[in-house]
Amino acid sequence: MTEYKLMKGNEALAEAAILAGCDAYFGYPITPQSEVLEYLAREMPKHNRIVMQAESEVASINMVYGAAGAGFRAMTSSSSPGISLMQEGISYIAGAELPCLLVNVNRAGPGLGTIQPGQGDYFQSTKGGGHGDYRMIVLAPASVQEMADFVFLGFDLADQYRNPVLILSDGAIGQMMEKVKFKPYTRPQTDKSSWATTGKPKTRGRNYITSLHIQPEKMEEHNKHLEEKFRKIRENEVRFEEINTSDADYLFVAYGLSARICQKAMDIARQKGIKAGLLRPITLYPYPYQRLNELASQVKMLLSVELNSGQMVEDVRLAVNGKRPVEFYGRMGGMMPTPEEIVHHLETLIQYHHVN
Amino acid sequence: MSTDLHELPVTNVEPALVCGKQEDEYEVVYHKPATMVDTAMHYCPGCAHSLVHKLIMEVVEELDIQDKTVGVAPVGCSVFAYDYMDIDMSEAAHGRACAVATGIKRLMPEKYVFTYQGDGDLAAIGIAETLHAINRGENILIVFMNNAVYGMTSGQMAPTTLPGMHTTTSPDGRDVSFYGAPIKVSELMANLPGAFFVTRQAVNNPNAVRRTKKALLNAFKYQQLHKGTCIVEIIGNCPSNWKMTPVEAAKFIDEEMVKTFPLGDIKIPAAEDLKIF
Repeated sequence: MTEYKLMKGNEALAEAAILAGCDAYFGYPITPQSEVLEYLAREMPKHNRIVMQAESEVASINMVYGAAGAGFRAMTSSSSPGISLMQEGISYIAGAELPCLLVNVNRAGPGLGTIQPGQGDYFQSTKGGGHGDYRMIVLAPASVQEMADFVFLGFDLADQYRNPVLILSDGAIGQMMEKVKFKPYTRPQTDKSSWATTGKPKTRGRNYITSLHIQPEKMEEHNKHLEEKFRKIRENEVRFEEINTSDADYLFVAYGLSARICQKAMDIARQKGIKAGLLRPITLYPYPYQRLNELASQVKMLLSVELNSGQMVEDVRLAVNGKRPVEFYGRMGGMMPTPEEIVHHLETLIQYHHVN
Repeated sequence: MSTDLHELPVTNVEPALVCGKQEDEYEVVYHKPATMVDTAMHYCPGCAHSLVHKLIMEVVEELDIQDKTVGVAPVGCSVFAYDYMDIDMSEAAHGRACAVATGIKRLMPEKYVFTYQGDGDLAAIGIAETLHAINRGENILIVFMNNAVYGMTSGQMAPTTLPGMHTTTSPDGRDVSFYGAPIKVSELMANLPGAFFVTRQAVNNPNAVRRTKKALLNAFKYQQLHKGTCIVEIIGNCPSNWKMTPVEAAKFIDEEMVKTFPLGDIKIPAAEDLKIF
């Protein structure tokens, strides 16, 4: 029987990486995610896996590029400023179609910002933080359990689509302790021999990893191939959770830590007789546009709650497409809204829009 | 990406029929390595890259390690190296070859992994990755092509540009008081304990080519020892960006480049480390 354990989000994620068969982890210390590197530095050698503290995030992501290019399960993790440093490498990884897992334990910014949790990296994560046309699959955990679960899912999706997958967490989910259960995992079979750089036997042509297509015709062809892949991802990989949406008049839209706070806000609102529901996007890319559009026909107003100045709300507006008012409430700089604060804001908006 | 998707013009070599003799009547004293892709190269006339590519592939053929070799070529003229070397290869972002090679080698320690980097790549944007890879004693070979300019972007000043040398971004000659002196990367890296074998060679005359070949052969073999990083710096001819003929470029190396970058071994392995051979 699988037992529950009490673990920090960062440590649950690290343990899951080992259980998911991660061959190599390359990272660089940064708060609030250093526990991942520390945990793996201690545990990976016991499993004969590679763990290395690189000289920078720039080096980390390129080590991941090398290891993933050789066909191994490779990952790195960091927090906002470190992820910014990795953007060049992420763009190359996406261009060269290398499966790997990246983790951003989001802190508040911009710049050095603060080590407290934030969700200010939504645009960077979902709209392509690096140069060129590419997308990552972005998974947003809202619990320590999901910090673990999404590692398995993330590696599998990365292999399936030959695309980088990002777990976009935040400083609170990474640092807090909760119960977590590691479920039995069977790794899907993936054959990487047609492209991985393992040394060319006489029996096949050479494999090479590249994102370079100097002829415009070839570049466009490659772009179209990538876009076709992203279309399949949009079609098949949208994930979200709905709570109390069936009779909801007002819909909170929130991911990660914000969704946890909104869940409580929803309960308080319902006690006050306001029928609130919650849609929690689990994949931030691909985004649940269609479901949100459907729900917009049913509710009176949507409220996007984020730990930033209003980023995901743009996707909510795209989804709703003017059908209903879409409002935003956010705190920044590592400050958390209380559930009561959110409910108060909701009540104000209901009066403002005369939608009750 | 597999090679069948990749199309380049293939050179058609007609069977030799010279002085009335059929090809099979000649004694073959030299053949191009089978590990080279039979194709036209994009390199300029007199460029060192094509020659050094061939030397590396000769070594891979002679050691019979084609199936155990992985190359890394970052941004620069030689980013297309995978078009010419018939081995598994990885492109790398500008300056990041040593990090990429680290990722490959750490996962496959029994493979022969080499990087092929220019001076802008290795000595400017990628000096941190290079220095740390060597300091960790990564068991890789760094082939460092030093032609004192950025070749691919058409001749800008590099960290290795000679004092007073004219480039497109130092039109009045490199001013050492403004930009500092050229970095002697190999001497710098040889100070790191992780460096196992460091040498500086050239390919501007037949003797130099032979010495470079020998250095590359040894450096590949040393990977079997797991003793540290090998660095083979090669002073490369770049006639196009030096605004010289190939012959003038070859002379420029002997007359000017070696004043700043003297040729020869900089760090050689201790005798006891080579007992296996």
